[in-house]
Amino acid sequence: MAILNVKPTRMELTTLRKRLATATRGHKLLKDKQDELMRRFIELIRKNKALRMDVEKELHESFQEFLLASAVMSPELLKQAVAYPKESISVEIKKKNIMSVNVPAMNFIRKLEGDEGSIYPYGFVQTSSELDDAISKLYGIMPKLLELAEIEKATQLMADEIEKTRRRVNALEYRTIPDLEETIRYIRMKLDENERSSITRLMKVKDIIQKEA
Amino acid sequence: MIYMYKVAVVGDKDSILGFKALGVDVFPVVEKDEARRVVDTLARHKYGIIFITEQTASLIPETIERYNNQMLPAVILIPSNQGTLNIGMDMINKNVEKAVGTNIL
Repeated sequence: MAILNVKPTRMELTTLRKRLATATRGHKLLKDKQDELMRRFIELIRKNKALRMDVEKELHESFQEFLLASAVMSPELLKQAVAYPKESISVEIKKKNIMSVNVPAMNFIRKLEGDEGSIYPYGFVQTSSELDDAISKLYGIMPKLLELAEIEKATQLMADEIEKTRRRVNALEYRTIPDLEETIRYIRMKLDENERSSITRLMKVKDIIQKEA
Repeated sequence: MIYMYKVAVVGDKDSILGFKALGVDVFPVVEKDEARRVVDTLARHKYGIIFITEQTASLIPETIERYNNQMLPAVILIPSNQGTLNIGMDMINKNVEKAVGTNIL
């Protein structure tokens, strides 16, 4: 541990003591923040992983059906069938604050919410039933996919923040605080030493004066 | 701050055509430069979520990385119709390692 480059004066000692108090307090707070972030993160990441596995599996199935549909239908007809979607999905994004990390809180808005009609944007004459299956499957996955987007973004942002916080906690714990303590001790020693030396000097001077008198 | 954002899907044409029927905007891309340009343009134009197929994402890892530590847009990887490359899963695991230090899952 290095002693900071300061002059051993009483004023310096006071400032350093204040800094140490701040650093210790900051360290405690950051440590608490890190613990809580970690707890939330682990909760979320487990959900994230399960959800992703689920979504990937279901998407795969849907793609398979879509592939079947494109095999049965001509590419032009397929393109034409989906060209003018009935449904329209948009997303309302608010900021949510998890332990000072801003994560998006997404709320999905479907234009057809509450509409009981068919979700298919085409007539049934020129299209195959495989396409219907594929699209209805995809439609079913969509809420999960959007939830995945929200959670995955949150975990990404939180992972960054946790890394940053950990660095700060470590820097305070292993560098700043020991350095400050060391320096404070050094200054105290030095001041004591000065005091002792001035006392001996005074005693010496007194002796000399008494001898001369 | 509430604002309506749009949702986009980027990837090869065959994989993402189905999303179009759901009213999500689809952007078929083939090449690397094209993919990068599309993603950057979408990010600037009020798209809150960009789903991108892993095949396409594997061409432009730096671009994806760049959006990872911003709040918006959320760039989310999805498998394409050729199956998954496990990039999405890897990213979860990488996040865990980054945050915890070791992979605890």
